[in-house]
Amino acid sequence: MTDKSMNSVDKARRNLLKGGAAAAVVTLAPGVTLQTVQAAVTGPATSAKRWGMLVDANAPEGVWDLAVEACKAEQGWGKTENVNQATDPQWIRKVSIKDPKTGAKATLPVMCQHCAKPPCVDVCPTGASMKRADGIVLVDKHICIGCRFCMMACPYSCRSFVHEDVRGQKPHMPRGKGTVEACTMCVHRVDKGQKPACVDAVNAAGSNAIIFGDLNDPNSDIARAVSKFVTQRIRSDLGVEPGIHYRGI
Amino acid sequence: MRSASRILSLTVLGFALLAIGLGISSPAQAGDVPLPNPAKAFKGEQCVEPNDVMRRNHFEFLKHQRDETLREGIRGQKYSLNDCVDCHAVKSPDVAGGKVRTLKPFCKECHDYAAVSIDCFACHTGAAVPGIGKQSALPSNHDVTNAIAALEKHLGKGADQ
Amino acid sequence: MAADTTVYKEIEGKGGDYFSLIGWLGVMILAALYAVYNMEHHGHVVTGMTNAVVWGTPHVLAIFLIVAASGALNVASISSVFGRTHYKPLSRISALTAVALLAGGLMVLVLDLGRPDRLIVAMTYYNFKSIFAWNIILYNGFFVIVLAYLWMMMERRMNPHSKKIGMMAFLWRLILTTGTGSIFGFLVARPGYDAAIMAPLFIAMSFAFGLAFFIIMISVSYKASDRPLGDFILFKMRNLLGVFIAAVLYFTAVQHLTNLYAAEHAGIEAFILWDGGIYTFLFWVVQIGLGSLIPLAILFNPASGRSCQGIMTAAGLVIIGGIAQLYVIIIGGQAFPLQLFPGMEVSSSFFDGAVHSYAPSHWEVMLGLGGIAAAILIIVIAVKYLPLLPTSLSDAKIDPHHKVK
Repeated sequence: MTDKSMNSVDKARRNLLKGGAAAAVVTLAPGVTLQTVQAAVTGPATSAKRWGMLVDANAPEGVWDLAVEACKAEQGWGKTENVNQATDPQWIRKVSIKDPKTGAKATLPVMCQHCAKPPCVDVCPTGASMKRADGIVLVDKHICIGCRFCMMACPYSCRSFVHEDVRGQKPHMPRGKGTVEACTMCVHRVDKGQKPACVDAVNAAGSNAIIFGDLNDPNSDIARAVSKFVTQRIRSDLGVEPGIHYRGI
Repeated sequence: MRSASRILSLTVLGFALLAIGLGISSPAQAGDVPLPNPAKAFKGEQCVEPNDVMRRNHFEFLKHQRDETLREGIRGQKYSLNDCVDCHAVKSPDVAGGKVRTLKPFCKECHDYAAVSIDCFACHTGAAVPGIGKQSALPSNHDVTNAIAALEKHLGKGADQ
Repeated sequence: MAADTTVYKEIEGKGGDYFSLIGWLGVMILAALYAVYNMEHHGHVVTGMTNAVVWGTPHVLAIFLIVAASGALNVASISSVFGRTHYKPLSRISALTAVALLAGGLMVLVLDLGRPDRLIVAMTYYNFKSIFAWNIILYNGFFVIVLAYLWMMMERRMNPHSKKIGMMAFLWRLILTTGTGSIFGFLVARPGYDAAIMAPLFIAMSFAFGLAFFIIMISVSYKASDRPLGDFILFKMRNLLGVFIAAVLYFTAVQHLTNLYAAEHAGIEAFILWDGGIYTFLFWVVQIGLGSLIPLAILFNPASGRSCQGIMTAAGLVIIGGIAQLYVIIIGGQAFPLQLFPGMEVSSSFFDGAVHSYAPSHWEVMLGLGGIAAAILIIVIAVKYLPLLPTSLSDAKIDPHHKVK
């Protein structure tokens, strides 16, 4: 079922149902629901979990376009007018690499790598750049002063500075001029038990090119996959221990 | 360290309340700044706290909870800016030509009066979209809302017995 | 040590020249504020910065001023910490210049923030793992310590304590410049930075840039206020400047030689030293040639090294070379792409693997120059209202027993 085929009430109901495990919902009539109990409080995030992704760089490169578009739609970045590649934010991008000696090529998505030891968090003067207990790295835009030191420190060029006014932000993803932003690993979805938008989009196309899950849970798909195959992490020499693993690079 | 800005905002609020208090005790004279007159809630009957508590402390609730939500991942608690939007967003010719419901005019009413400057809306749109808050499960049609509120009351009574 | 018989006196500050200088500086500061208004109103999209080159011209000029600030304090330190009494008469103005340069630099740095309105946040939320947060504390501490130092030098009853706080100011400024250099030294992922040598390099740079600015300021203000400036003190500062230029050259050489030795840094070194276009030009021609070798030649040439014009020219070149050096370090270091996949050819919509372009916008230049103007304005006003400048720096006053060779 695509978003377009849902009417707004259905969508609202679905959101409500997803909202919390304990939210009791009474259906009064088809399409009319009544929430009688406060939605359950979820969290806090704990270090028992370590959210991560496994990206298969051997996947056909078309799936990465789906991932990028899904991210734009979910988080509300990606202008369609007055596009300026040098200054517009890019939370996830498709990177092509080629070995000049052998000619071997690969294409892979690069987004915030959600490092266990994130340099962006170390350098941030106010603590706006932060890591949640479950390993998701975020910018607290309430206290971001826009100094861009985190962008200097990020080994992966994964952060963007909001260079101009933003309109039409999503309710779950406030974005504002003069602050820094990056992939949030769709924290608002993950906290509801959903997968990040890029993963859903890739899966919806019948591909398993990105596996999302809890690296600390030995029974999760991702933990099993990373224990089965040797995976790489970008610039693993830096010792920042990214949460994003890759195969095939 | 955070207490510094808290004290600052409390001081600002103190002056604001003083101003409101003075404004109420002495009937407004011609030429005075008109008293704020925020719109009634678009949805719902009762806010998450009594009105006087909300007037004094809404920013504390929001600020406290924004840190818990963003930094600790605690979601679904009592206070939420999106829930504010859900109930209090109104259409105003000042915003998007009056086409969308947004929270800004509601906040602006008192903040202008009390000379409080906030920058929530530098990042948050404040625009209402389906599913934004807990009340959004209810249809936005007023008549149906009232019917449901009556039903809810009835169901509530049933639970008491 | 003989008692200090130096007479300090406010300058007249009444002529048309004085007020036209104030006027021009005021215009430059207003232009900077107008630039800030535009950068904040439209966003940084109106500047030359991008998501790849995030620190631009304002940072070059701001860091120049901050580095020069700690260097300008050196003259005072040499007298109170190292006991060179002939520098004593210049101690007050040295401390004031340090404060003024730091204020100008911080003005630029703060006004270039994405959210300068949140300065209160920067002052109330601290992440103590951040070298940037430490710098905020070091800058604020510098103001407090140097102003206290200035007061103790100017208040006769406090004079006996000025040596102690002078020592403290000297140590503080060394830590401060270490902090400034470490802003770059601690950036593990950038091949152009990530080196401990950034700290001593920045300290050497601060000695040179600060003294160069100080020499020009003293020469101009003594000429403008018709006060005698003897060759003795000028030549002392000339010799010192020569040593400092050589020190910067030394650390620069070590920095690049170390990088050249490591195969992984071949890329960035080739970029800066060989085929980096504007950065290679700025490095060899402006920083090394104009900013280091030519000033050294001027200072130690028997003819030009003995003329005030020659020394001032050399100092001016050191400042130009210094700005070029910071441009190469700050912007060149960012223009060179991050190595996500070493050895691979990389491309993307985010310009991975490509040299990032940066062109300063007029707004950024206006903001940076405004900071320099603000620093000069503070000095120009302070010397009119406070007894900072000695009435005479003639050879007889400085050292009656010394004969200039």
